[in-house]
Amino acid sequence: MKHSTFIWFFSPTALAMILFIAFPIVSVLVQSVHAPHKAVLVEVETCTPLVGCTIETSIDQEATRELREEKPIGRFIGLEIFSDRGHLAISEVKESWSSSTNLNEFFKKLGNLPFYRAMAFTLTFTFIVTPLVVIVGFLVALNVNALHERIKGVVVFFSLLPFVITPLIGALVLFWMIDSRGVLGSAIQWIFADPNLSLKASTGLMWISLIVYGVWHAAPFAFVIFYAGLQTLPADQLEAAQIDGATRTQQVRYVVLPHLMPLVSFVALIQLMDNFRVFEPIVGFNASAHAQSLSWFIFNDLGGETRQLSSASATSVLTIIGVTILLLPVLRRTWRDFMEKAK
Amino acid sequence: MTLASKRRSVSLRIIIYIFAALWLLIAAFPFVWTFWGSFKVELDFFSVANWTNALTGERTIAEYGQPFTDAGYEGAWIKEEFWRNVINTFIVCFFVVCTSLTIGTLGGYALSRSGYRYTLILLIAALIFRAMPPITLVSGYMLPFFEWNVWGILPTTIIVLVAINQPFTLWMLHSFFQNIPKELDESAKVDGCSQFKAFRLVIIPVMWPGVITTGLFSFLLAYNDFAITSMLLSEDNRTMVPQIAAFLGTTYTEGNVMFAVAAVVSAAAPLFILVMFFQRQIVSGLTAGAVKG
Repeated sequence: MKHSTFIWFFSPTALAMILFIAFPIVSVLVQSVHAPHKAVLVEVETCTPLVGCTIETSIDQEATRELREEKPIGRFIGLEIFSDRGHLAISEVKESWSSSTNLNEFFKKLGNLPFYRAMAFTLTFTFIVTPLVVIVGFLVALNVNALHERIKGVVVFFSLLPFVITPLIGALVLFWMIDSRGVLGSAIQWIFADPNLSLKASTGLMWISLIVYGVWHAAPFAFVIFYAGLQTLPADQLEAAQIDGATRTQQVRYVVLPHLMPLVSFVALIQLMDNFRVFEPIVGFNASAHAQSLSWFIFNDLGGETRQLSSASATSVLTIIGVTILLLPVLRRTWRDFMEKAK
Repeated sequence: MTLASKRRSVSLRIIIYIFAALWLLIAAFPFVWTFWGSFKVELDFFSVANWTNALTGERTIAEYGQPFTDAGYEGAWIKEEFWRNVINTFIVCFFVVCTSLTIGTLGGYALSRSGYRYTLILLIAALIFRAMPPITLVSGYMLPFFEWNVWGILPTTIIVLVAINQPFTLWMLHSFFQNIPKELDESAKVDGCSQFKAFRLVIIPVMWPGVITTGLFSFLLAYNDFAITSMLLSEDNRTMVPQIAAFLGTTYTEGNVMFAVAAVVSAAAPLFILVMFFQRQIVSGLTAGAVKG
């Protein structure tokens, strides 16, 4: 295809992506080093006879508005927002490092800083949910593959539902069930014989609930991928293993698993990125008191009456950096695949 | 696999079916339960007295004389005017799917037919864009949209969702077009067609399976989005998902939780129908992504 024809075909989609993905990323970067203008203050000296003169400071509304209209982006403040308490909290971290006698104490102090608390949850969530999704998806795929042909379709239909459902809606559906008055909530109270047990009240239980949601939502994705992979498993390989007297576990271990390995790494990489941006379940579970994520911080900064664009932008930049780190292996893999194909 | 199934023992077969039943329960029970409960009153759905009330609807009978009531749906759809949000959602989804498929098909086709190095760079760029959480982009939209006075309206959200959709659409359609033999449009070009005419006459008639699959995923992205729609739409223009989130804030205080439950069931229903009719396409779309990496 000629370059000029390519440009004609590609320009609409390129334009959309440049305008609404590339520019916003730049805009976020710029905003994260700017803060809203301070109000312009004027000092007015009023002198009254006998009392004397007083200097009053007031906001010059007009000048402030002019300044804001002239430069809506605000004033340049460098990396100040990144280092403030709501983000990387550099001075607080230094302070707690020097004042702590051991690591335990240091981490406890870190846990009081919002950014590190959110990172703690996000990383715990990401690195627990991802392997669980792979394991559950693999087990279900093996299981469904062994079912009778006729009911496979039905099982696949129901399996797709948690994955296809709107994340917020899926989270709400689970949340209402684990409510202390909901069916699962009552069941848990009954199992532990504690009528006051509430998943919403404790941080640990809330994290577990969120992780359960994460696995429930994403396991079907892993299942579908692995299930499709199982269909391409060459039957003669399995038969050869059976003739050699391999037990069922050995067949899975030495034949099925190696065959699915590329898919396992694919699912794991996608899941790492998806789980890192965990957001909707925190809203759906109303869990922000116990668990926050970077995405939730951005949402929280942007919502409400005061839109804290600078703070949200700084968190966005930090999130983008995190996602990029997780993305590097995927990029390497894509590059390698392409180069191999090109050979 | 016939050999394996013949040798499967009875006990193993029982375990397999128990496990399958358990998985079905985990995957489907929350939906069945919520659907059933949406026709009850709040005191049955969230029952302090006895969880079986949610099944039998004891309080619902006491209040309405029958075990089922559509009070939640009436409250959500009529009193809270949820139908407006439903219409908004379908407007947004329709235009997002149409626009992103139109420009995505052209772009994906070009990527699959151009052998130059820059196609790889463009695909990698699309992959990076795809990985960006949409909510990180929102703070970049706010200021310009306020300045141009386009914040809060449906067209803005549609364009943003189309753009966010593009990387995925490009990847998906790129791999579909690669499976259509190049010889088809090459021979049309030899016969004197321009590239565009070859695309129109030769490729368009055979591309529909791929386009439909990609369209399904575009629809799901637009339909399921919460981050963009909740941030970029004003109160009057909300789609279903941000409206449900807004319900939560108000209904928990007013005691109208059943409105939210009814709204959730209403918003989930179209997705069920979608999976029912397009199960095969969704599965093939998911696996196409996996195979291509």
